Amino acid sequence: MDVRSQISMVFHLDKCIGCHTCSIACKNIWTDRKGAEYMWWNNVETKPGTGYPSKWEDQDIYKGGWEVRGKNLSLRGAGKFKGLKNLFHNPSLPVIDDYYEPWTYEYAHLFEAKESDDQPVARPVSLITGEYITPSAGPNWDDDLSGSQEYARNDVNFKNLSPQEQEAMFELERMTMHYLPRICNHCLNPACVAGCPSGAIYKRGEDGIVLINQKKCRAWRMCITACPYKKTYYNWNTGKSEKCILCYPRLETGQIPACMHTCVGRIRYLGVMLYDADKTKAVASCAEEELVDRQLDMYPDPFDPEIIKAARENGIADSTITAAQKSPVYKFVKKWGLALPLHPEFRTLPNLFYVPPLLPTMAFVENGTYETTSESFWGAIEKSRLPMKYLANLFSAGNEKTIEIVLKKLMAVRLHRRDVTVGDLPENEITDPMNEVSMDKETADAIFRLTSLSLFTERFVIPAAHREEAMEMLESTADVKGNIGFGFKEPPKRGL
Amino acid sequence: MFNNFFFIGLPYAALVIVLVGSLFRYFRFGFKVSSLSSQFLEGRELFFGSRPFHWGIIFLFFGHAVAFLFPRSVIAWGSLPVRLIILEATALGFAFLTLFGLILLVQRRFKKKRILAVTSKMDVFVVVILLFQVGSGIWIAFFDRWGSVWFASVLTPYLKSIFLFNPDIAAVSAMPSGVQIHIISAFIFIGMIPFTRFIHFLVYPFVYIWRPYIYVIWNWDRKTIRQSKKLVNGVRSKNF
Ligand code: SF4
Ligand code: SF4
Repeated sequence: MDVRSQISMVFHLDKCIGCHTCSIACKNIWTDRKGAEYMWWNNVETKPGTGYPSKWEDQDIYKGGWEVRGKNLSLRGAGKFKGLKNLFHNPSLPVIDDYYEPWTYEYAHLFEAKESDDQPVARPVSLITGEYITPSAGPNWDDDLSGSQEYARNDVNFKNLSPQEQEAMFELERMTMHYLPRICNHCLNPACVAGCPSGAIYKRGEDGIVLINQKKCRAWRMCITACPYKKTYYNWNTGKSEKCILCYPRLETGQIPACMHTCVGRIRYLGVMLYDADKTKAVASCAEEELVDRQLDMYPDPFDPEIIKAARENGIADSTITAAQKSPVYKFVKKWGLALPLHPEFRTLPNLFYVPPLLPTMAFVENGTYETTSESFWGAIEKSRLPMKYLANLFSAGNEKTIEIVLKKLMAVRLHRRDVTVGDLPENEITDPMNEVSMDKETADAIFRLTSLSLFTERFVIPAAHREEAMEMLESTADVKGNIGFGFKEPPKRGL
Repeated sequence: MFNNFFFIGLPYAALVIVLVGSLFRYFRFGFKVSSLSSQFLEGRELFFGSRPFHWGIIFLFFGHAVAFLFPRSVIAWGSLPVRLIILEATALGFAFLTLFGLILLVQRRFKKKRILAVTSKMDVFVVVILLFQVGSGIWIAFFDRWGSVWFASVLTPYLKSIFLFNPDIAAVSAMPSGVQIHIISAFIFIGMIPFTRFIHFLVYPFVYIWRPYIYVIWNWDRKTIRQSKKLVNGVRSKNF
């Protein structure tokens, strides 16, 4: 057993209002620079939809992530052989048009225009070439376009839905959508790290954050192909790849990552998970149906004395172990079993978990009328507007059972709270669903509390980085003693 | 005078510059060492330009290297006319492949607005020197034929004398001017490596072949620090 600590996250999709505040917070801090305009380390997508970059989930196009070939786990579109062979031209690299051409507006013209009969306008200009362009794509171009032919119809997660099921989703009255905020998953088996020929990408041992060393990156572009979530981005100006850094300078000083701190819906939770690094390879190469369960098995109980001992032996600080015990992520993912990884079938073992959305379940069209009555109060999960298979394609590698249990649990919590606050439902309508998922009232209350009433300090449990040691997560202080200072002092100017 | 300058002064200047300059750039301006790929802005035309160009020029480079390192074998191989013709024809084929790719790359670079936006002055230099070098090479292949043989017998000793710090330029001074120009521009090319994107081939990722896929860096070895009695302890960050 090799116990390590990992900063992980939970996003509660029922609470996301799709406001993009998270994306803007991130952009303002990290990617408001030339060459990085198109990068959205945090982006929010409307599902069903094609996402950003367009159709990123379709690995037949982008060849991201791992696949099991025979007995071996190998990268689909990168790796030692393919990576070095394709160094001169990478056939599965997305180009800027798969994202969008960044633009600004010619604001100065509003002031400088000569007097004329027409109002001056600020025309859009490309941030790459400086020419006038007509924007036709953007980071959330399909925002709220759940029923659209162009976007929703092309959602990759429909691939194994029957035509009837698909049709049903586009009936006007049944149309539904939810938001999917995404950041880098800081995976346990990161494909970006494995794909990088120059070894510039690494996982920090201390907290599992995945970073790109800007000095070692040589623009070989393999990480962009390798990451199935398309969360590494190529800076076309500096010739270096960049990705979400989980606001590590903030984390090290006890602050919350900007996207999470600003989240309006308070959907985000962050905390430590202990994991057994020895299991990584076996889990990443196991059968598809087992992927979720076996990944969750990698995170041991932080209260178990054996685990605490193993963690201490590995040099994990007591403060980190305490943080792991208080971790909201542990509760959602392990204790309550409410959160699932996004696209586990990419086999990178992501550390960002999602509480799937409990979509509106009631209305359907019968005999030409819009029917909202159902026999039980909140309708049956199976009658959900969104086929279970669709959610299963997103969060459980197609395993509908897994997702159904989660949704039933979420429903049980709601029924229980309805009972507490209103108390208008017959008793068996509450006890039956709760018994079905074996949930007691205390658990339901605890879930309710952490979901809706939790304090800042309950949603975010950051292990002390120990101010006195924080710098040493970045570099060894002894090395720079008597020197000019720490860190990277070069202006990020494009090379020759 | 002229010969001393171009065949002794220039080579040494180029070698010193490439050595010192590259090390300096690598260690002092690590951020600026990159292949500066533009595939992200345009991918399709790059395919037809970049692949032929790179494979072509790699072949040519190794061809020159073999003639330099194993001159005897090359001469022996060329002693039969058929083999000589095969060798020369292959080399010329690769030269044309390189030129073909290069021309596509050049017109892509200057025709596509997006690529032009990321083209620096040094990139123009890169293009010019490459065109010149490949062009003069092809010229030689036509007008000063059987280069594989005379390279091994004339230029190899000259280059060897340079590397052994005992320059002997008698032979090279007597070479036709086409060959001399090719040599001079080659040394200019070498000397400019640290100042251009050429630096990228010095950082070819060989280590990838043997390193494990997943790369974890412990910036700080807690165990060592806790247990150590030394005053200055801690392990050096491996993340150069
Ligand atoms: S999400 Fe992508 S970029 Fe982030 S760690 Fe995983 S493979 Fe790497
Ligand atoms: S800030 Fe929060 S609620 Fe708003 S889009 Fe982002 S994740 Fe959703």
